[in-house]
Amino acid sequence: MSAVLRHREMLLVAAIALMVGLIAMRFPAFARPGNLATVFNDTSILVILALGQMVVILTRSIDLSMASNLALTGMLVALTNANYPEVPIPLIIVEAMTIGAVLGAFNGVLVWKLGIPAIVVTLGTLTIFRGLTFVVAGGTWVNADRMSADFIGLQRGMLLGLPVLSWFAVAAIAFFFLLLTRTPLGRSLYAIGVNPSAAVYTGIDVGRTKFIAFVLSGAIAGLCGYLWVSRYVIAATEVANGYELTIIAACVIGGISIAGGIGSVGGALLGALFLGIISSALPVIGVSPFWQMAISGTAILAAVILNARGERKQGRIILKKAEAA
Amino acid sequence: MHTAAALRAGELEPGTAVAQPLLSLSGVSKSFPGVRALHDVSLSLYPGQVTALIGENGAGKSTLVKILTGIYRPDEGEIRVSGDAVRLQGAEHAFRHGITAIHQETVLFDDLSVAENVYLGHAPRTRIGLIDWRAMRRQAADVLKRMGAGHIDADTRLRDLGIANKHLVAVARAMSIDARIVIMDEPTAALSAKEIGELFDLVAFLKGEGKAILFISHKFDEIYRIADRFTVFRDGEMVGEGMVADTSQNDIVRMMVGRAVDHIFPERQPNIGGPLLTVDGLSHPTEFDRVSFELRQGEILGFYGLVGAGRSEVMQAIAGMTGTSAGSITLAGHRIAPRTAADSIDAGIVYVPEERGRQGVVIGMPIFKNVSLPSLARTSKSGVLRLAEEFRLARTFTERLDLRASSLSQDVGTLSGGNQQKVVIAKWLATEPKLIILDEPTKGIDIGSKAAVHAFMAELVEQGLSVIMVSSELPEILGMSDRVVVMREGRVAATFDNAGLDAETLVRAAAGIVA
Amino acid sequence: MSTVETARRRIPDRLDTPLKGTLLSWEMLLVAVALGIFVTNSLASPYFLNPWSLSDMTFNFTEKGLIALAMALLIISGEIDLSVAATIALASTLMGMALQSGADTPTLVAIGILTGLACGAVNGALVTGLGLPSIVVTIGTMSLFRGIAYIILGDQAYKGYPAGFAFFGQGYVWWVVSFELVLFAAAAVAFWFLLHRTSFGRRVFAIGNNPVAAQFSGVRVNRVKFVLFCLTGLMAGIASVLLTSRLGSTRPSIAQGYELEVITMVVLGGVSILGGAGSIVGVVLAALIMGMVTFGLGLLNVPGIVMSIFIGLLLILVIALPIVWRRFFGRAM
Repeated sequence: MSAVLRHREMLLVAAIALMVGLIAMRFPAFARPGNLATVFNDTSILVILALGQMVVILTRSIDLSMASNLALTGMLVALTNANYPEVPIPLIIVEAMTIGAVLGAFNGVLVWKLGIPAIVVTLGTLTIFRGLTFVVAGGTWVNADRMSADFIGLQRGMLLGLPVLSWFAVAAIAFFFLLLTRTPLGRSLYAIGVNPSAAVYTGIDVGRTKFIAFVLSGAIAGLCGYLWVSRYVIAATEVANGYELTIIAACVIGGISIAGGIGSVGGALLGALFLGIISSALPVIGVSPFWQMAISGTAILAAVILNARGERKQGRIILKKAEAA
Repeated sequence: MHTAAALRAGELEPGTAVAQPLLSLSGVSKSFPGVRALHDVSLSLYPGQVTALIGENGAGKSTLVKILTGIYRPDEGEIRVSGDAVRLQGAEHAFRHGITAIHQETVLFDDLSVAENVYLGHAPRTRIGLIDWRAMRRQAADVLKRMGAGHIDADTRLRDLGIANKHLVAVARAMSIDARIVIMDEPTAALSAKEIGELFDLVAFLKGEGKAILFISHKFDEIYRIADRFTVFRDGEMVGEGMVADTSQNDIVRMMVGRAVDHIFPERQPNIGGPLLTVDGLSHPTEFDRVSFELRQGEILGFYGLVGAGRSEVMQAIAGMTGTSAGSITLAGHRIAPRTAADSIDAGIVYVPEERGRQGVVIGMPIFKNVSLPSLARTSKSGVLRLAEEFRLARTFTERLDLRASSLSQDVGTLSGGNQQKVVIAKWLATEPKLIILDEPTKGIDIGSKAAVHAFMAELVEQGLSVIMVSSELPEILGMSDRVVVMREGRVAATFDNAGLDAETLVRAAAGIVA
Repeated sequence: MSTVETARRRIPDRLDTPLKGTLLSWEMLLVAVALGIFVTNSLASPYFLNPWSLSDMTFNFTEKGLIALAMALLIISGEIDLSVAATIALASTLMGMALQSGADTPTLVAIGILTGLACGAVNGALVTGLGLPSIVVTIGTMSLFRGIAYIILGDQAYKGYPAGFAFFGQGYVWWVVSFELVLFAAAAVAFWFLLHRTSFGRRVFAIGNNPVAAQFSGVRVNRVKFVLFCLTGLMAGIASVLLTSRLGSTRPSIAQGYELEVITMVVLGGVSILGGAGSIVGVVLAALIMGMVTFGLGLLNVPGIVMSIFIGLLLILVIALPIVWRRFFGRAM
């Protein structure tokens, strides 16, 4: 939308291109389209989750419960599949998104109706949802033997040369792009992040809009619950443990301001891809995967330092104005 | 303008059909826990007329604005738009009834484009219901052009516009929904004289379009310049209304405060000693350049200039809040180079900032803790608090300022604007400074508190304190200062002795008009 | 009201606070909750009311509680530190490295504490020096600190801490009173004094309520915040010594998820997550409550993961109930 945002995304594109270029110099196979498509497919779930998280962050809130929501929903749909293998997969996806949305709505109601800060609410539900994952499964897990072939196979099917999982990510990107740039709801999400009190005067119901944002992020987490358990063919209590911070990291690297109102679909996508490429590249260049965490941390710090420079408010610059006049 | 003139003529003959108000309130009351904000209030706005809403702080003006814009719902009473009773269910609902407000500190969206600010909430859509950005930009540009603001590009980020242009965008927003009722809540508070002129042209344009305008201002010159009618509120009640042309300024003041204020500036015998503060060639890379002036013991030095002339920036540099690139500050014979506010307080200089709510009071803390905050080193003993000392300090200084509070443990957030300002000034005096810098000390406070602040300033200088007063209000500058420094575009434009100084000289110097 | 009277009035220091106000304070609510849980625990398990059981119970909160004391001050000042658990991991890993090269107990303790202090200083410098939002900075350093621990240790573990080192996490000062508990009690008193009785503490509250006005009032905002980050890091370093000593080993996954439990403790203790309000008494009570809940459920053989449901519900309920109460029964609380 604005030159500043574009500039920020170009910087990230350049950083990613440089990284891929450097790796390709030693390991040309890494940069082949086929491999890049695989990297994208491996990152798809993170991309989708980052888009959901972004919607919440835009409204000056945060959803720390996404990874736990994912685990709980993933467990519930895996149990559904294990006990009722005849339930068609589209219905499973609807179930996942509905459960996720209900869990998100629980966060949203507490933020909207009781005015509890989002960080406190989702800190609570982070532990509650994960605890419930253990409870609903009776402390067990669901693995490949108990999942139907369709349940596991759907996202692995190929469509126009890309796995279906990648198409989920593409669809999410398209959906959020239209939502955020071309619908009144999307613009309201930005507006309440930029200036909540002005939003009230503009006739935007700030609480209700935040509620919708949480329902969206919940539905997204639910969808990813299905995608995650079918991809890794395991539903367990520890699924995606601690992943909420990776999702937020992707958003931060993508230039989404934690203070709300600033961020774009392109940024969330690039932030997630940045992390995805690092984790795919480490084994290729022969670095221990134990380096991944420290590299993400450094990337987050670098991103926040760079973004802060761009956002730093300018003074009035009285003299320059005088000289120009 | 012809329409407006005709309507006014119609209004002057009671009983004619033209006089139907666009908006009328009757018997409106609103209470909050422990406070009666509005009681049985009536107000009428007529098409093509500007109605000024006048009242001291706490008179209920902002509550009324919030009721009209749908933010609050009245407890009792009736609102009629074009004669039909309405129940405003929220901001959007009020907006759809054609009521829109332009606020003191523009409430728009800094990180969104001008076009989006104009059309947020009612953007043009494509056939499948998506926002049509191209149509939105085009229509926004049209609206801006129609109101004579074609110089604003619809694609600019709002952050990059000045306050005056932001107001124009807010008006464009009102125009875009064809709002019939425009509320302007102290729109001139942060504008320069030239910008105020432009805003008033716009008000004239809106009148010509047949809009009903509610204009809220503290400044009588503005009210007499553009308002047709007035309504006065006092303590949440409507105490008078009429035509501006038929009413004298003194009558309105009497309605506001319940008595006549004949002389608000205190008489004083200046007792001026030797130089206390010498500022020589003080410069900043972007904000001000080679600023030099001298302040003497027991003197009130006025700083006049247009908003944005760099006065506050110079004062913040002296108070240690902004760095400097060149020049020197000498206080009582010693060179000082304060780098933080703490340094300047130690040196004996205090700065009472302009933005009371953001920079002055710590809301959420009681009065006594606010007062003792800069003096904690003195009221505590090797870092350990002594509450009795803090209460004593707070009592001494707040009582001298005639603070109205139920106790010193009351949260400052529950005080009126004028009383908060008294707490802020008490806080600074409690540090026992040599020099006090007051930045717009009476901005946005009621007449009663204003007089208290002015009287207290006079008392301070009589006791040997020196005062620098930054003010954009000419009567205040002329009524209080011994000498006046005029700044323009980051530089000192002129320095005057107040004896026989007239307003026009100051305005010319501030605007850079060579006589 | 609007007429100006010239006579100056006397303003009282404080109005008499009704007893009801004191009784309905947040701390009293926490005391009630704590008593309720204590009674429930004693009824539910015959093993609870036993000095050694109660002593074991304290290990559930002492390490996290130590960090929570400093975190409370940091959150009151309007900042947050999500990297405390990662700081524990890094400090523990460096202690383990020193152990490999034959360091003695005093050196190990010094390394643990100084690493914590250094981590806090890094956070403080990034937040105050570069003006970055602390939530993002500490998400970054959280990955960085624990990431370094992973780089050093991978899937290995350090074991074989000296016998003298075991005292900090396993030793008893007198009868059932552990060293950890004594340290927590001493730190609680020290932090209570610092926050509620010193000018430093007053400045922390002022910054949390209005950083700009505090700055204008001569409070060195950045210096205070830097000190608070260092204090939080320091307490994480001390907690690392205790935890490493108690477990007797170091893995890079040590103290995983502690940051959220510490913050839960602080918020449950009545500290406003938005800054500006809170008390150490509340935080200590919250630490006690969380310790009792997890320990009591443990006695009933409830798995740890299920306990977290209770902790999460406790956090939300304790904050939500007063709001709901106020909404339906007037402004009693």
